[in-house]
Amino acid sequence: MIAYVLRRLLTGVVLAVLVTFITFLLLSPSFDSVVQNRLGQIANPDAAAALKADLGLDRPLLVQYLDWLGGVFRGDFGTSYFTSQQVDVAVVDRLAVTLSLVLVSLFLSAVISIVLGVVAAYRGGVIDRIAQSVSLAGHLIPSLLVAIVFVYLFAVKLQWLPATGYTPLSEDPLGWLKSITIPVIALTIGGAANLMAQVRGAMIDELNKDYVRTLRTRGISTRSIVLKHVLRNAAGPALTVLSLEFLTMLGGALIIENVFALPGFGAYAFAASLQADIPVIMGITAFAVMLVVVVNLITDLINGWLNPKARVL
Amino acid sequence: MTELEVVDAEVASKDEKTPRVGRRSPWRRMLRDPQAVITGAVILAFVVLGLLADVIPSHGPNEASLQAFNADVGTEGYPLGADASGRDILSRLLHSINTSMISGVIGAGVALVIGVTFGLIGGYLGPRVRGTTEWIFALVQTFPGLLLLIVLTPITKGDYRATMLIFGVLLAPGIYRIVRNQVLGVKNELYVDAARVSGLTNRRIMSRHILLSVRGPVIIAAAFMFGTAIALQSGLAFLGVGSSGVPSFGAMISEGFTNLYSEPTQFLWPSLALGILTASLVLLGNAMRDAFQGARPKAAKITAPKLAGEAAAATSATAAEAEATSLLVVEDLAIAYPTPSGELRTVVDGVSLRLNAGETLGVVGESGSGKTQTAFAVLGVLPPEAVITRGSIRLDGRELLGLSEAELRPLRGRSIAYVPQEPMSNLNPSFTIGAQLVEGLRSSGSMSKQEARERVLALLGRVGIPDPERTFRSYPHQISGGMAQRVLIAGAVASRPMVLIADEPTTALDVTVQAEILDLLRDLQAELGMAVLLVTHNFGVVADICDRIAVMQKGQVVETGLTTQIFSAPQHAYTRMLLGAILDEETVRTDGPVAAPVPLGTDAR
Repeated sequence: MIAYVLRRLLTGVVLAVLVTFITFLLLSPSFDSVVQNRLGQIANPDAAAALKADLGLDRPLLVQYLDWLGGVFRGDFGTSYFTSQQVDVAVVDRLAVTLSLVLVSLFLSAVISIVLGVVAAYRGGVIDRIAQSVSLAGHLIPSLLVAIVFVYLFAVKLQWLPATGYTPLSEDPLGWLKSITIPVIALTIGGAANLMAQVRGAMIDELNKDYVRTLRTRGISTRSIVLKHVLRNAAGPALTVLSLEFLTMLGGALIIENVFALPGFGAYAFAASLQADIPVIMGITAFAVMLVVVVNLITDLINGWLNPKARVL
Repeated sequence: MTELEVVDAEVASKDEKTPRVGRRSPWRRMLRDPQAVITGAVILAFVVLGLLADVIPSHGPNEASLQAFNADVGTEGYPLGADASGRDILSRLLHSINTSMISGVIGAGVALVIGVTFGLIGGYLGPRVRGTTEWIFALVQTFPGLLLLIVLTPITKGDYRATMLIFGVLLAPGIYRIVRNQVLGVKNELYVDAARVSGLTNRRIMSRHILLSVRGPVIIAAAFMFGTAIALQSGLAFLGVGSSGVPSFGAMISEGFTNLYSEPTQFLWPSLALGILTASLVLLGNAMRDAFQGARPKAAKITAPKLAGEAAAATSATAAEAEATSLLVVEDLAIAYPTPSGELRTVVDGVSLRLNAGETLGVVGESGSGKTQTAFAVLGVLPPEAVITRGSIRLDGRELLGLSEAELRPLRGRSIAYVPQEPMSNLNPSFTIGAQLVEGLRSSGSMSKQEARERVLALLGRVGIPDPERTFRSYPHQISGGMAQRVLIAGAVASRPMVLIADEPTTALDVTVQAEILDLLRDLQAELGMAVLLVTHNFGVVADICDRIAVMQKGQVVETGLTTQIFSAPQHAYTRMLLGAILDEETVRTDGPVAAPVPLGTDAR
């Protein structure tokens, strides 16, 4: 078990190295614009060359990358070219905001879609029709539009909730909750729509299997069949979609953050990429990949627990 | 369910007037679907408006005029007004359509080209190549897409077409997976072998045989990706990623958003356009999915069968007479399924059966004769679509039709039990054998966990499992088919039922194991005094174990009688035909042991 986790984490590190290296290569043509951004358009060539040497950008690419990588393994992600802030500190700060949104939305989406998807699958009828309409509606409307309409309605017109800004959880839990409510709703609608369709489909696939009929003929209650036997088997496919939904929501959060002026990952990444702030971009990429690796690992561990055939121990 | 499908096919081929929904091409089916036609027309209208972007408005999309600053809707030359920079909103809107369409085409196009190419390569060539492509696409999928696109702005220089090119690569795993799965499925089909034998090259086979079969799912996925690409491009433009000179819904929404309080219509137009466009794409994608893959799965309700009309009719005089000796009486039972056109198609038509205490009745007939449907009706576990149109099923004098799932539950397991045909698929793969059997026992009584466990272990021993403790802890995939069937028999007889319904209990097993299972059933019947209703297509099995036989054909019982009578003097032509078939089978089987008395519990893992 521990060996498996370690092996997976090691593969994850290799993956992160690979992805950051590719990112670095892709970024290399824009090194000149870094210098330009720092000095302004009318810098003289000598000053530009001096700054380039100062930042180490004139060295061979591989040397630069290995230098960065070495720093990372020592726990040093470098400092921003423009704010002189330590990259890892800044990234973790921003990540807390984005993850607040994503994790809460993901949890809500999971709960809503499991309840509605399960009931829709085995009860059918009106509940099924409602669930399918809700799911369709969630697919139809881009979450960006939902977010803006909600801001207009609840923050501007009704003034129930703040329109913009973020209150950290540690400072004021109620303020935190208020500040993330609308963004979370906007993210949850899309996420729940997608997940519910998957849960419903997976449940129906399982309910149509032979063992369900056999369990019924043994006098086992419908509740146990649905919630214990069928849900457990349907959870695997649904979980895989949930982990992909995490990625989708991470992307969605970047846009939603912007609507609500939340100081998250998205705004930070955007600002950094506009300025070609190489250390920040590299730090963001590294953290994002490791985040994905961890989420995938957790998914696989839960899957193994659910499905005896996929068990790794 | 397979039996039901066979029934459908049979009836359809007889009845030429039945509309053949499945035969028409998916494209023509889409033309008859209002959802597809309307959304398709909306998207077409968008495309046309986009193409006329330079013709309809009187201003260019980036032409700013100080006079037109925040012009109202309907201003001369600015039919939808102008934005805060004095640019014509209509002109920007129409040009934004083109931006969206180009984004969709590039995003979905790149995903298609890459996904289909590598899907074919990965699926068709050997596992080593597949391993590589699999790894690469898994890697691509771990990229946090939107973040990557933002981070790579310095490279794309803000050109949305370059961004969409990268996004297409990120979407490719979705298409890759569909194509690879389809290819793996189709690859070993006989017609591909035939094509290879007839000398077609790999390339020809791929393009002609395989691409044709993956067409549907790939087109659907591409339609959804088209929408995703448009939504993503808008999102990025909303964030301000990309050149400000390119008119785009996202950029317009962003500008309208900052102006939301003073000039709400500036926000309204691009939002409406984007909303309608993406909604149409999703709805069109759904319509395509329905046309290519048939309707989406219906809910699978867990409920006792529906009754219609005069079901559970009053007991007739002759039946009442038989009641005295019969444990289970099925009388004039008819089961039907709704067809797509809304009519009911009858699959069981007036079946009457009688099962006396302690006897074994064989219900014989070929696939689709309605015998399994009859068995399911007795157990109350017909598929949710099924309708019982008339008849009566009485167990020990009590009418079963019309009872709810909750009322049937106490009867199941204790009064009436079931041994299925296919052992493996009838065990839940995620729970141990022991847990599944213990739950069944405890649901029908107030047994403690420990008691139930001991009883299950004893039962497992009784049905001939060599190491009950080990099997108790095993998961279904860890035991053999023969063992699984013994487990299922143990599960069925656990609560000492009065009636055991066994649906082709030996069909899925090896010939040597079949004989053992039949012996086991016979022994258990004698031991527990059960009545057994044995559904089978095999007269050999019937001869082995049954006292009486009912022969079914096309949903009706054509002949009933004592086994000895029917074997010596079959009355119905169909019975004679079935008996002829078994004689053939017997001659083939003379070289192997048919019902040799093999000791219990020796079937190999």
